[in-house]
Amino acid sequence: MGFDQYHEPPHELPANTRTFARLCASLTEEAEAIGWYEQRLAVEGDPEALAIMRDAQGEEFKHFSMDLEFLLRRTPLWREIARGILFQPGDIVERGEASEARATGGGERDDASASDDRSGSLGIGGDAGSAR
Amino acid sequence: MNHLLRPLAPISDSAWELLDGEARQRLTPALAARRLVDLSGPHGWQHSATNLGRTQALSSAPEQGVAGARRRVLALAELRADFTVSVAELRDHDRGAPDVDLDALDQAAHRIAVAENVAVFHGWAEAEITGIADASPHASKPLGEHPESYPRAVAGAVELLLCSGVGGPYGMALGRDQYRRVVETDEHGGHLLLDHLRKILDGPIVWAPGVHGAVVLSLRGGDFIYDCGQDLSIGYRHHDADTVHLYIEESFSFLAATPDAAVALTA
Repeated sequence: MGFDQYHEPPHELPANTRTFARLCASLTEEAEAIGWYEQRLAVEGDPEALAIMRDAQGEEFKHFSMDLEFLLRRTPLWREIARGILFQPGDIVERGEASEARATGGGERDDASASDDRSGSLGIGGDAGSAR
Repeated sequence: MNHLLRPLAPISDSAWELLDGEARQRLTPALAARRLVDLSGPHGWQHSATNLGRTQALSSAPEQGVAGARRRVLALAELRADFTVSVAELRDHDRGAPDVDLDALDQAAHRIAVAENVAVFHGWAEAEITGIADASPHASKPLGEHPESYPRAVAGAVELLLCSGVGGPYGMALGRDQYRRVVETDEHGGHLLLDHLRKILDGPIVWAPGVHGAVVLSLRGGDFIYDCGQDLSIGYRHHDADTVHLYIEESFSFLAATPDAAVALTA
């Protein structure tokens, strides 16, 4: 059993940070699997095999989405930035920059009421452990 | 605008960043409980209760031949620490002053962090929160008057948890006086007492203002749940020409799901 998802000594990390790291690792693995299925689907010619792999890739979409939602729920700032990017029309990079600026209160702002869209949370959550 | 009413305050974006950053900096080292228990959330200001998954039987029902029960939940509690900031100081910050007086904010941050620690480790009866030390069925052991006796007491607590089938790693919340004694003490051979205790625990030792003595607990997860509604945030009350009245606020509940996964060590 490997512990590659930990960058710091696991015994020094609080339980919620270890859980967070596990889900980050899981998210990476699901994204990797989605990419692999995409490649297999591109080269497979057998319709029956294609149907099975499409179904399997759908499972990975679900797993990835659940992992992502979990991580966003635990990370208010990440969630706030993602809110301005995911499922939004328009230029993705522009959306990303604007959303980051809104969420962090830094950078260029596109409206006068800069603090209106801030949740006000200090975003500490379980991150108090990082100072140990 | 949400309930914190921040846009109504006469505070620039830059000054809000200063206040938020200062609060974060002051809160983080003192929030001991969050380092040692599982945190669920933040679920937001509208999250009002923690599901206990349990019911309370009701003696009556609206109709004969029907049984009634009522869901039991743990209501979230709110903590709020008021503070003020001088309008002149905020304006000086906007001009680039590097030494803005935020003493009242610092004190409020410390007060609310201590309150959170006390609620989690020693309970808050009126909010129906049972603290880890009070919930533990294990008899409290004395930590000892001198720091030299701490390793024996901590090893005893770890052994007690092992005998109860509670696996590690383990962590320890140490009250202010006890923490100071630990970090300033070295044992025979020059080894730091802090390192010795960490080896016994196989986990962290956390400075926990508000904790009386020490609490040793398992960090395996799932034993102690801090349910966070609104995470610590700064809100606005009112202002006059000279002073802005603000507050730090949070909502949470705490549940010791496995009370025997901790041992209290008295001062």
